[in-house]
Amino acid sequence: MDSHITPIDQEFFTKLLNAPDPIAASFAEAATLEKYRRVKITKPVIYVGLTSSSEVAGAFDTYNEVQRYLTETGVDADVVTVGSLGLCSFEPMIDVQLPGKCRIVFQQVTPEKVSPILDGALNNFIPTEFALGQYRQSIHQPWPGVPYMDEISFFHSQRRLLLQNCGIIDPENISDYLSRGGYTALALVLRKHTHEAVCRIVEQSKLRGRGGGGFPTAKKWLMALQAAADQKYFICNADESDPGAFMDRLLMESDPHRVIEGLAIGAYAIGASKAIIYTRNRYRLTVERLEKALKQAYQLGLLGHNILDSGYNLDIVLRKGPGAYVCGEETALIRSLEGKRGMPESKPPYPAEKGLFGKPTVVNNIETLANVPTIIQKGGEWFAAIGTPTSTGTKIFSVAGKINSTCLVEVPMGTPLSKVVELAGGVPEGRKLKAVQIGGASGGCAVPETLNVSIDFEALVDVGLNMGSGGVTILDDTVCMIDMVKYFMHFIQKESCGKCIPCRDGSRRMLEILENITRRPVNENGHNTLERFKGVIHLESLAEVMRDTSLCGLGQTAPNPVLSTLKHFREEYEEHIFDRKCRAGVCRDLRTFYVDVEKCTGCTACARKCPTNAIIGTPRSPYFIIEDKCIGCGVCQDVCKFSAVFFK
Amino acid sequence: MQLNIEVNGKEIQARRDETILTALLRNGIRVPTLCSIKGLSPNGACRICVVEVEGKAGLVPSCSHPVEEGMKIKTHSPRVVKARRTILELLLSNHPDDCLYCERNENCELQDLAVELNIRERRISGKKSKHRLDLSSPGVVRDPAKCILCGRCIRICDEVQGVSTLEFVNRGSKTVVGTAMNRDLNFSSCISCGQCVMVCPTGALHERSNLDDVLDALNNPHQKVVVQYGPSVSVSLAEEFGIKAGKDINGVINAALRKIGFSYIFDTTFGADVAILESAMELKKRIETNQFLPMFSSCCPAWIKYAEQFKPEVLPLISTCKSPQQIMGTIIKSFFAPAEGINPNEIYSVAIMPCVAKKFEAQREEMTQKAISDVDAVITTRELARLIRLYGIDIHSIEPQQPDSPLGMRSSAGKLFGTSGGATEGIFRTLHYYMTGKEMQQPKIADLRSNGAIKEIELKIGNKKLTAILVSGMGNIRPLLDSVAAGEVKAHFIEVMACPGGCVNGGGQPFGSSEKDVKARAKSIYEIDEVETIKVAHKNPMVTDMYERFLEAPGSDLSKKYLHTRYTKRDVLM
Amino acid sequence: MRSRIESLLENYAHTKRDSLIPILQQIQDDLGYLSEEAVVLVGKHLDMPTSQIYGLATFYNQFRFEPKGKYHVQVCHGTACHVLGAQPILALLEKMLKIKDGQTSRDGQFSLQVMSCIGACAQAPAISINGKFYGKLTQERLKDIIDELKQH
Repeated sequence: MDSHITPIDQEFFTKLLNAPDPIAASFAEAATLEKYRRVKITKPVIYVGLTSSSEVAGAFDTYNEVQRYLTETGVDADVVTVGSLGLCSFEPMIDVQLPGKCRIVFQQVTPEKVSPILDGALNNFIPTEFALGQYRQSIHQPWPGVPYMDEISFFHSQRRLLLQNCGIIDPENISDYLSRGGYTALALVLRKHTHEAVCRIVEQSKLRGRGGGGFPTAKKWLMALQAAADQKYFICNADESDPGAFMDRLLMESDPHRVIEGLAIGAYAIGASKAIIYTRNRYRLTVERLEKALKQAYQLGLLGHNILDSGYNLDIVLRKGPGAYVCGEETALIRSLEGKRGMPESKPPYPAEKGLFGKPTVVNNIETLANVPTIIQKGGEWFAAIGTPTSTGTKIFSVAGKINSTCLVEVPMGTPLSKVVELAGGVPEGRKLKAVQIGGASGGCAVPETLNVSIDFEALVDVGLNMGSGGVTILDDTVCMIDMVKYFMHFIQKESCGKCIPCRDGSRRMLEILENITRRPVNENGHNTLERFKGVIHLESLAEVMRDTSLCGLGQTAPNPVLSTLKHFREEYEEHIFDRKCRAGVCRDLRTFYVDVEKCTGCTACARKCPTNAIIGTPRSPYFIIEDKCIGCGVCQDVCKFSAVFFK
Repeated sequence: MQLNIEVNGKEIQARRDETILTALLRNGIRVPTLCSIKGLSPNGACRICVVEVEGKAGLVPSCSHPVEEGMKIKTHSPRVVKARRTILELLLSNHPDDCLYCERNENCELQDLAVELNIRERRISGKKSKHRLDLSSPGVVRDPAKCILCGRCIRICDEVQGVSTLEFVNRGSKTVVGTAMNRDLNFSSCISCGQCVMVCPTGALHERSNLDDVLDALNNPHQKVVVQYGPSVSVSLAEEFGIKAGKDINGVINAALRKIGFSYIFDTTFGADVAILESAMELKKRIETNQFLPMFSSCCPAWIKYAEQFKPEVLPLISTCKSPQQIMGTIIKSFFAPAEGINPNEIYSVAIMPCVAKKFEAQREEMTQKAISDVDAVITTRELARLIRLYGIDIHSIEPQQPDSPLGMRSSAGKLFGTSGGATEGIFRTLHYYMTGKEMQQPKIADLRSNGAIKEIELKIGNKKLTAILVSGMGNIRPLLDSVAAGEVKAHFIEVMACPGGCVNGGGQPFGSSEKDVKARAKSIYEIDEVETIKVAHKNPMVTDMYERFLEAPGSDLSKKYLHTRYTKRDVLM
Repeated sequence: MRSRIESLLENYAHTKRDSLIPILQQIQDDLGYLSEEAVVLVGKHLDMPTSQIYGLATFYNQFRFEPKGKYHVQVCHGTACHVLGAQPILALLEKMLKIKDGQTSRDGQFSLQVMSCIGACAQAPAISINGKFYGKLTQERLKDIIDELKQH
């Protein structure tokens, strides 16, 4: 799998990047570059999408099966690793490219499908039922009966600037990235621009931080550039940790050099000679790909001493975060890099003045940095024209949950949120869309009525949402909103660093209040209802204080899920509190069980297991459950062999 | 540089680069705080000090946020007060309700804050974290249930004392202040200095009280309870009873102790005088033979434990002389008792100390004679105040009395042990006599009296130049010890006091004292030295008498047997 | 054990506190957990109090202080897994293995760990056992998987 760049390739690319205008040079050399882009091939190429997402779907088994198939059949073909197209639900995916034919994509290729697919494809017969689409390549012959990829609405409705290479190029081979204009932006910057000029281009692009805060990127850079210090640091925050968000991981695994190039440009812009990528230890594949990519970039002299003869030195090291959500907060991340507990610190002083080891430091999210090469290549104005006047460029979302197609999408800012849901294929048949959770554990819910909100930092805030890092969870009517909020609060409570009181104890008490609402009390009486009701009032006041006084963004935004659901789903709270009902049937304790007289055979299994003797009847005739005695434990349902027990 | 800021509608002046809190305090505007400690940088953890700043989305922690020109601040707006109250209520929701039984009842910052913010009901309730009481250490008790995680103890232990026994463990609502591998305190590197106890705002850290043991002994007709009190106790107790800080109430303490029913009342300063003679003789010999130099002081038990754990290489350099408390204990049981015809087994020897580590010292194996402890119980200045209250004694109206003879007499040199530099001053006065045969013309050595963390002083004795180094605050010693171990330090004597400023600022002293109060205590000791007629230990006639009747002479084989000891490396989780 | 840790520390000669996390990570990769001995040795190596090493290690999810079981079961509890039934999966695992999150069974066969999100939302609910993933898990399949492992 290791593809090392040959000395000849290396010479070619070095020359290309050393041209006075590397971007123009890459256009001039288009013909040679096509070779690296595998436009013209002499033997079949089989591409296998291997990412942390497809791994779980069994893509490595598929990969091994492809290798086994080739060995067994003796077919001479190249096997190339690629990243993710973003269609996670269709994984594992393999592409087959035959000489003179368009590259075709197959979906859900589990190992047993490898033989039939390859048997067909390698013999010019397409098993269309497995084919997803084919890439439009004018010089090649298309396959009949297979749509072009750009015709598939999932792709043509997106604007894939950051994801353009994902799932197409080999992330483990730098020449794949180079052949698509990779590192020309870095070369250009080093050759032509001053530190400040780079900051100004980014300023012109109006790029804002994609980690969730939306802080103008250039402002941070300029602050750090202007700070006088013998050493500066640039940190790429790749510690993606919002539950349900996976876009950063897939981006890094599918196109790692884009991130590295963006980081190198950023480091140059502030005059830092040391940069760090802080990703998470357990993202094994991400770590592997980044390590490989860094090694290759060093090998080509794109990192290290005197890069491309410009006199600029930059070292990038990869650090593996040991796992703490709060380390997404920049001051906590910096503490973690210093070998301390990742507890945030008060700002000011800002990291751009006093960061890692007390030196000026910029921390940028990986998606922010992945935008930078394109901004440099095409100009700030070009970038600023995409999206809305204040939120420019595109945004990647990972869409998951109760959805037909779990996926990664990239849309221009200003796109309605409903479009994202549409791209993911909507909720499963027969279900109703209930809410779209955006912004992860610190986010809020859009309901169907507000779903047309424009994806734009300010517009989202106006309807009580925030952009977050890009995790979107679709919820249908089988989801209990209280349970959802409880889930997020549980997460926050576990991940709070514990330093400041409002976040540490506030999240804990809020979780308890939510647990009380969803728990079946031992004795139900008026007092309990009152307590639960008081709890909800406390929820709001606690939320307010948490937002007002917490030390860092984690605590300040942690109440969002609560506030958002209280706004849109108040009646669901009330049902839980007063009627003791969970309409989705998720809150176990609130379920009331019934016996279906049609199905019950009177086998007595449930009655014998019931811990409160709530089930009575005569053997061999239907039993029934005394509602008052039932504690909703569900044992009866578990033991019933005739599916006669159900709950409402 | 001056800045103008507006606070609660009034213009005030602030200095550039200062925090909002300092500007407010300087202008007489009070904002409550909880996690901040004087002298250490703010860490913005508790959020109690938040204020409203116009134009800022959230509330701003005044302790860490710098002032900005034209800032408009509200310190007590409804929003601020609500936030502070909620934060406190959150803390209280996880805090035990046993104030009445708490060590810190009526002396608790959390309680004070609840009063200040007028918390009158438990509005927020929930499950409380369960913790185990750590009673393993003879000095310090940890009660994590009462901990509010302000982190002061961690910071004082690490940043000031350099011991770093305590650290936050776990995360989020599971966070606790713990030790390495969550071991009990007696397995940890804790030196029992008690500085954590001094900064703890609640009862989460407190001394292991020996008051009940003392009461049992007092009520036991078969026991003679003998008591001694440390040099700094008489100038520190006053504050506990609302008397001016630093006032010397030596006589009052004698009278009170007698009223309580102690059979004999002695002043540890007598022991300090003996310690001076022994140490001076030891130092003289080391200087003459040029061996085992520099000599480290041995009066501070926290320092001894520190050396045993962190730098056992320097143990041979530490003076073998026991501390004044232990010397007193030995003399009481081995000399005084036989002389008075009392069976040493019938004596219950109590020491009142400004110190928590003394509790640890008293139960060390080395500090016994024929399996009898030299000292049976140690209580702190704070516990003494409780004892006095318990016996209903009105300190204000009681007539001062003299301590008992013969171990009640003292020189002011011994009294100086209560401050940093005092031991050195006392020892050098006698050393001068031992080395030259003459008294110092001016016994006061002013150089030793300034309160620095670490200080090197040159002293002339005869035609010999001697160097002494003073260290107070354990955190200042690490580099020095490294240099000593490397043989790079040419000093003759190094005095180490674990607590910053010495015993006057000890871990057993009254709570809530200000820096000024501590200075007043030291000043009071210096004033005693001014007026005292016997200013050198070797002129204390009772000490001389004791040597004649018991130990022959300082440094004799007998005194080595009774008054000297050695220490060995101690294995703990560092 | 001691010599293994010591030789590992040799790779980190002349490093400071900022290499603490990489050092602990490497030790854990090697030993499977952080033993008291390891913590003490790292403290000596970096001239750091063990309390601070322990404090740091307990802060992060990665570090553990007891060995993993022969089968290390990791349960994803990301948002997608939650709405698609991670909770019952976890409950079943706890019931079958008789251990809770972060624990190792007494016979050393199983250990259980809840992960915040493994990023494979399309395969929710998902678990991994010794690095092998099982996606779109149902109660029945999980039962079979665990029963099978228990045979060994």
